[in-house]
Formats: sequence, structure tokens, C-alpha cells
Amino acid sequence: MDNAAFSITQMRVSYARKEVIKGVSVSIMPNTVTALIGPSGCGKSTFIRSLNRINDLIPSFRISGDIIYRQKDIYDKETDVVELRRRIGMVFQKPNPFPKSIYENIAYGLRIHGLNIKDTIDETVESSLKKAALWDEVKDNLKQNALTLSGGQQQRLCIARTLATQPEVILFDEPCSALDPISTAKIEELIHHLKQSYTIIIVTHNMQQAARVSEYAGFFLLGELIEFGKTQELFTAPKDKRTEDYITGRFG
Amino acid sequence: MNKRILNKRLDGLFKVLGILTTVFGMLVLLVLFIDVFLDGASRLSLGFFTSFPSRKPEAAGILSAWVGTLWIMAVTAFIAIPLGIGSAIYLEEYAPKNRLTALIEISIANLAGVPSVIFGLLGLGLFVRWFNLDRSVLAGGLTLAILVLPVIILSTREALRAIPFSIREASYAVGATKWQTVYLQVLPAALGNIMTGVILAMSRAVGETAPLITIGALTYIAFLPQPPVILSGEFPFIRVGLQGLFDPFTALPIQIFNWVSRPQKGFSVNASAGIIVLLGITLAMNSIAVIVRYRQRKKTRW
Repeated sequence: MDNAAFSITQMRVSYARKEVIKGVSVSIMPNTVTALIGPSGCGKSTFIRSLNRINDLIPSFRISGDIIYRQKDIYDKETDVVELRRRIGMVFQKPNPFPKSIYENIAYGLRIHGLNIKDTIDETVESSLKKAALWDEVKDNLKQNALTLSGGQQQRLCIARTLATQPEVILFDEPCSALDPISTAKIEELIHHLKQSYTIIIVTHNMQQAARVSEYAGFFLLGELIEFGKTQELFTAPKDKRTEDYITGRFG
Repeated sequence: MNKRILNKRLDGLFKVLGILTTVFGMLVLLVLFIDVFLDGASRLSLGFFTSFPSRKPEAAGILSAWVGTLWIMAVTAFIAIPLGIGSAIYLEEYAPKNRLTALIEISIANLAGVPSVIFGLLGLGLFVRWFNLDRSVLAGGLTLAILVLPVIILSTREALRAIPFSIREASYAVGATKWQTVYLQVLPAALGNIMTGVILAMSRAVGETAPLITIGALTYIAFLPQPPVILSGEFPFIRVGLQGLFDPFTALPIQIFNWVSRPQKGFSVNASAGIIVLLGITLAMNSIAVIVRYRQRKKTRW
């Protein structure tokens, strides 16, 4: 598929010789939400963490296969990893704001890329917080330490921080697993809005969540992508017996 | 006896034991304080700080000693802090995890446990003789710098390690380079604990006597190292220079040691007064470390 955001062929990943992704091939469409489901340890987190090369930080990480993003192999020697990570943002499982003010959390991404005009930073901080549906709650306390926010607010701040550097893709690695249902609903709504402008890939344990937010869905099991397709089809008429067993809760 | 009652009694017993062992440490310090204070407090006066040592105990002071200590500490800090923090950052954030790194790490841990007199011998051979620095401020400062270096490296690494990996991930994920991540996120977050370690290491160096005696620091000095800034009446009115680095020195613990070893009663009073000053410096530094750590803890709760 030529217009795909990601075209991945035969991705294999291992940590210290233990293979955790065993030949996954898939194409991810731009400006869609793709959900990845599967039991713990099935490789879905490793999969999306390989898409922005954040797994490079793990010394024993090895990868092979073609991982093409917009016609370029992201594991090519020529790839500028720093630039890649700016274009492919990531929101992590546990909210991880910097131990600084709310304002500085968002300004950081701009400053490290050389932007130092105060007015522009101010504007971006405001617009990012608005997009992340956090502005109204924090607009009077931008100087406040981000660690004083609630878990749900912290996660939305992390989303705002990601939005500030204007990525093309946002990877969500189980963004709601540490949050209460109300915060979860807010984040889901947010993802729903964001898909107009971004390509979104979300890993989740929560199948209702996958069904609610995504257009495409993939089911991972033991390092393999068992099934991939339109979310509705995957959930209503799974082709593979294992997918059906998982989504109907017969194992997991 | 019933098992439950026994457990309860044991529980109570350990509580009492715990309190006793804690109080023991405090008591020792308190007794030391009171004893030294009773002996030396009468000698503490402005004159004591502004007089050079003398053959007459009542005229002797610690001017050259505390100025020497200040010089030595400045040199030690200037060398050991950047080297120590730099090494720790490299080892913790940059170094590949291989056998060479492991060897370096073990060496540093061992160095931290080497008796200080051995560092003195190294200083004597290396700085005093080989570099021909003689018994200068620079030689003393360098010797103490290599003494506290491993301690600073270890405590800084500990501080860096306490910063959650998730913060580094967050920084990389918005497109930061390694140096930006270390300099703008990890270091500031770890700064409180790094400072605590550095201050504690320096407060240990303040009291070190053995290495300075080993390199041959003088015990009787009736002049000061040339100050780094000299004001004068003539043009250009100010002279800045580090000539003082090459001047001989004495330091507080050496002065105290010297006085203690003299037979006259007056000198032992002087020694006690000197000890009060030294203890005061150490306590002040340790209190600063406690305050820095407390404020850091209040600021960041992960």
C-alpha cells in the first residue's frame, strides 16, 4: 500500500536473544486510529516502541526487517533518530511528566529544537493544552509543578507535551492503564478528536476501548500478529479462532 | 508461655533496643561536644581567629590554619567536583555496559575504601616530588581532591540512578538528544542529591589530617598564602593572581594535631578551641546537606 504511513515487513525483535516479535508484517494507514490488542507479553508494546526507536535505549534490543515510515527505513543508518522521534510522538503507560512546571513540560520540546521566542512558546503551550483538553483546568496555574496534578491530568499533560512538537504520528502505549474510568473517557474522547490530524496507534488491554476508539485493529499473540483488519470486522467476525477466543474472553 | 505474648514482648524488646542504640550515637557526640566545649570555649575570641600560631599559647591563633583550610578546600572543590560529577555522568549515562566499565566501577568503589594516609603517600610521590609542587596549597588540594573523588563519583551515580528511567524516555520521545536529556532533565532532577553527596564528601575532606601530614604540610606557619585578589593604592589598583597556590600552608586539623602533641596545658586548650571551630564547620556543612536534601524531596515526589 503506497499511501501507508508505516509499511512493516517481517519485523523481528529480540531482547538478549529472546525473540519477542517473530516476523510481523502490517501497513498502518495515515490519519486513522489503529488499536493493538493482545495478552500481556505478546509483543504489542515492543512493536510500537520500535516505531519511534525508543527501544534503542535498551542495550540488548535487536531488530530486523523493513520498518518503512513514509518511504524511509527508520532503522537505516542515515536516519536522524532525534528528528524521527519528534515526528513520531509517544505517550507512555505511566504518566511521566518532567518534575518541572506545567508550562516547562510543554515548552521543553520546543526549546530543545531551538525555538526560543517567548510569544510562540506561550501560544504553543496554550494551544497544546487546549487540544489535550487540559487548558481550563490548569490555565491559572501554569507555574505549578506538574507532579502535583492528578494521574489523569498528568497523562493529558503528557499528551499536550507530545502535541507541542507537532508530530505526524502519536503512539499510545496503554495510556489509560493507570487511570480511573472518568480520566479514561476523557483520553478516549481526545484520541477521537486527534485522529483528524494525526496517525494514531494505540496499544490497549481494554477491548472495549479498542472497539470504541479505533478504525483498524490488530491482535497480537506470542510475538505474532494473528489478525489485522477493520476494527468492526475483527470484533464482530474474527477470521482466526485465536482472535475469537481472546475477544470473547475464553483465554487471556 | 503463649507464643503470642512472647512475640509481643519480643516486639517491645526490639523497640527498646532500637531506641538505646540510636541514643548511644547521640550520647557519644554530646559528651564529645560538652567535653571539648568546656575545655576550649574560653579561648574562642576574635583574636583567636586573627592571630598566627605562636610559642605562647595565649597569643596563638588559627589564622593561617583556617585560611589554609579555605584554600585547600577551594582547590579540592574546584578539581574534584567537576571531575567527579563528569565521571559519574559518563559511567551512568554514556558508558557501554562491558567488562572495562565494570573494571572501572570496581576500581572506584575500592578507591573509596582506601585509607586516607595512602592517598597522602600518592600525593607525596606524585604532586610534591614528581610535579615538583613542593608542600604547596596546590599539592594539598590535589591530594584531597583524589581522596574525595571516588566518594563524589559514587554518590553522584547513586543520585543519577534514582531518577526514573521514564523521565529519560519522556525526554527522548519528544526528540531530545542524549546530552539534552542529561543536562536539562536528569541533572536538574538529581541536583539535590548530587549536592548532598558533594557537601558530605567535602566535609570529610575538611577534617582530613593524615594525607596532609604525609605530604609534609607545615605545622608552624606565620604567614598566609598570597591572596588571589590584592588591592593596592597604585595603578591598576587590583592584582589578581593564583600565586598563593604555590605557597606553603597549614590547615585546621594539622594545627590541632600540633597543639595536642605539645606538653603545655595552654596548647591543649587551644586545641580544644580549634576542635570547636572544626566541628562547627563540619556540622554546618552537614546541616546544609540535610537542608538541600529535604528541599529536593519536597519538590519531587515521583
